[in-house]
Formats: sequence, C-alpha cells, structure tokens
Amino acid sequence: MNKFSISQLYLYYDNFCALTDINIDIEDKNITAFIGPSGCGKSTFLKTLNRMNDLVDGCKVTGEVLLDGTNIYKDVDTNLLRKRVGMVFQKPNPFPMSVYDNIAYGPRAHGVKSKAMLDEIVEKSLQSAAIWDELKDRLRKPALALSGGQQQRICIARAVAVSPEVLLMDEPTSALDPISTSKIEDLVLELKEKYTIIIVTHNMQQAARVSDKTAFFLLGELIEYGNTNDIFSMPTHKKTEGYISGRFG
Amino acid sequence: MKPIKKPLGHFLALITKAAAATTFLVMAFLILYILINGLPHLTPSLFEFKYTTKNVSMFPALVSTIIMTALSLIIAVPLGAFAGIYLVEYAKKGNRTVKVVRVTAEALSGIPSIVYGLFGMMFFVTYLKWGNSILAGAFTLSIMVLPLIMRTTEEALKSVPDSYREGSFGLGAGRLHTIFKVVLPSAVPGILAGVILSIGRIIGETAALIYTAGTVTEMPQNVFSSARTLSVHMWALTGESLHKNESYAAGVVLLILVVGINSFSAFIAKKFIKEGK
Repeated sequence: MNKFSISQLYLYYDNFCALTDINIDIEDKNITAFIGPSGCGKSTFLKTLNRMNDLVDGCKVTGEVLLDGTNIYKDVDTNLLRKRVGMVFQKPNPFPMSVYDNIAYGPRAHGVKSKAMLDEIVEKSLQSAAIWDELKDRLRKPALALSGGQQQRICIARAVAVSPEVLLMDEPTSALDPISTSKIEDLVLELKEKYTIIIVTHNMQQAARVSDKTAFFLLGELIEYGNTNDIFSMPTHKKTEGYISGRFG
Repeated sequence: MKPIKKPLGHFLALITKAAAATTFLVMAFLILYILINGLPHLTPSLFEFKYTTKNVSMFPALVSTIIMTALSLIIAVPLGAFAGIYLVEYAKKGNRTVKVVRVTAEALSGIPSIVYGLFGMMFFVTYLKWGNSILAGAFTLSIMVLPLIMRTTEEALKSVPDSYREGSFGLGAGRLHTIFKVVLPSAVPGILAGVILSIGRIIGETAALIYTAGTVTEMPQNVFSSARTLSVHMWALTGESLHKNESYAAGVVLLILVVGINSFSAFIAKKFIKEGK
C-alpha cells in the first residue's frame, strides 16, 4: 500500500528550480532512504512531505503530493498534517525545558490536558524511543543537559508522542558518534512496525543497513528508485552506480 | 625562553588597562561623591508624608517616581514587546511596513527627550486636556522608551535558535503556541534587559516630565494629579540653590532605587534562565 504518492512535483526557491518533476510512491510501514550528494534536493523533498518548506520565504511548490489519497497542498490544515507526518531533524533540537515537558509539548499543543494521560504518553513515547530506562528517574531534568545521542532519542520520542503515521528523519545521525548512531539505527528498525519512515542520509552503509527502498537524487532530480538490495547490488543507472561506488558525491 | 614582547603590543596593553582603570575610577568617584555628600543628610524628616518648605520631603516624589515608572512600563512594554514579536515572528522578510516601522523606531530613539516633552505638552496636556499630570508624563515617557523595548525584543527573539521554531512547527504546534511556549521563554532575559534600560531612562528623565507632569511637590491623588519624580525633584532643589544637601540625599535614594530595580530584574532573568536549562 502507498502512504505517499507524489507526481510531477516541482519546487522553486524564487527562480531557482530545486526539484524537477519528481514522481515517487512511498510504501506504508516501510523504511525509505533518500540518498545523494549535498545540495541534490533530498532534504528539500523531505520537507515538502510535511510542508515545512512553507516556512521558507520564496518557496513555491507545484504538482501533487497525496497522503492516503488527499493532496496535502490543497485544503489541508498544516498543523494537523504535521501531527500526522512527524519530523526528526539533523541536529538534535530539544526545547530548553525538562525531558517530561519536551515529550508532553506536542500532545499539549494538540489539547491534551489531563495529567494522567500526559504521564502515560510520556512513558510510552520514551519507551518506544528506547530511552525510558535511562531517563525514568530524570524526567524533571533539563533535556539540554543530556548527551547528543540521548537528545536525538528525546526528539524521536517527542515526535512519536503525537502519534504520527509517518516519521521524516533528516540525517538524524550525522551529528552523533558511532555508538549513538547504531542505537538510533536499531530504533528506526523497531519503529518500522508502527510507522512509515523516510530517512535522508549521507551515509550509504546506513541506507543499506536500515532501508527497504532507496531513492537516489541528483541535482534536483530523482534518478533511481527501487528496492535497497537492487539499488546497491545492481543499479540500473550509471550515475547511481558512480555515487554508490564513491566515484563522485 | 621568555617570549619577546613587541613595543606596540606593550603600548596597546597599557592603553586598554588605562582605559579600564579610568572608567572604573570615574564611576567609583561619582558614586562615592554622591554617597559622601548625600548620606549624612539622609534624615527621617526627608521621608515625611507631606512636603513642606521646612522638611523638603522627597517622599511624595519617591511615590510619584514609582507610579510614573510602573505606569509608563504598563503602557510601553506590551506595545513594544508585541510590536517586536510581530516584526520578527509574523511579518514577512523584506516587507515594506516592517522597514518603515524600523526606520521610524530608529529615528524616534535618536530624538532628544525635550522634544518628547514638547510633544507631550502640546498633545496630552493641551489637546487632550489632561493637564500637567502623571498620566500625561507616563504616556510621553512610554513613547520615549517604546523604540528601545521594541528593538531589544526584536534582538532577543532573533537570538532564539530557529531549530526551536522548526521543532515546534514540526510537531504541528501553531504559531501562537510556538511563540508563547518555546520562543518567548528563551527570549525573556533579553527582553528584560531592554526593560531595565527603559526603567533607567524613565527614572532619570527630567526634561520631558517638567512639561508634562509638572513640578508639584504634593503627594499625587490619582493619575490626573500633577507630580514630580525624584529626578525632577533634584533638578528643582538644585535650581532653588537653597537645598543642595537635600538634593544630594535624593541622589542617594535614586541610586539605591536604580540598583535595587536592576538586581531585582537580574534575579528574575536568572530564574528564567535556570528554568530553561
């Protein structure tokens, strides 16, 4: 089943065309990886999926982005869209408040007030981010005092707390050390059971390790898209092969 | 081996040290001078409820100062802070209105206070018929400090990392929620710094108040009463040249007032920072 169905998507920053004619279907409860060299548009494309690009001045999108059959660029409340399509950023960005308040932030923003309910959401979210055991005695501690890897898992828990359907991850491990990275990768594989995950990565091994499908972008175009195994073992496109084997990028 | 100091480096180091020392000495001298001249004359009779030519009480002026400061801030802080919030969080970049507001604010902050006083006299005192009153003074002063509060709010909001905003929007939180729950709490220390500067300007202001609030020595009855603040009180006493000592005493009280308000604000700012971390 397709979660996202994108056709003829063009994206412009003022007059610069950052994405050209993107057509791609993204499967439900699957991990899709976007790879490609810096500036190829993979992060930009990720941000069109929950309309974070709306916040960029001079950004214009044409084409169709269907989420469960509904065009998210027509008659959709962006706040509700972003509740359904959560996001984890490149640099861990917990808010300057306690661990508890960080996780409860999203539910509170969407109107959850009951203390018991918030307690439950916080515990569940931290558990699904595999950080509950580490932090259950330190919920009142400021999130910014934690290590980078812990902060990123807090951010994942924070995103999970609003019970999204899709998780967008924009190079979630690029600012982390190898041990934290492997923890996050394990976590991503676990989260796949419940969520559709789209992950942007610079790390080819990471894409090969975690994803079911891989899309290769170059200069704003989608060059190749298919099963991760196929892409990494026998890419059909010359440019893909060149990038994967490290000849450019 | 000892590093060889170049003569120019020696010279520059000397200049910076001399500048720091001079600044400190001037400040220390000023404060000591006021304290030495003022403290001995700080008698209980100066704090009697009613002013007479005999006791030269500064108590009514002290009360007026506090009312004037509070009233000016009540008017100026919400206006300035919300204007700053609009400019940073809502207005699109390169917007015409934003540019006009910024240029206006910059121009306003460069105008001498006597000009505000004249405007206040013509508009609030005469045209609106409020007469010489605390209200007219407070409105005049709030216009005076408005640009300051707006600019410091802007700077404080700009220094909040965009990643906080992204994180909040990414969770589907609305703009208002984002601003009040994430952005403003991080910006409060910066905004408070602007408020402290404004308090300093309000308490120290004389020229703008002589024309709008007047120089009456009585205890104010309500906001339409004419009254003098401590600074105006000092100015008047010095002008009459009979009460130099009492003027110095008022200076000591002003000094204590400003230091007190500043440490209180710093305390609040610190509390906010602590909660954030």
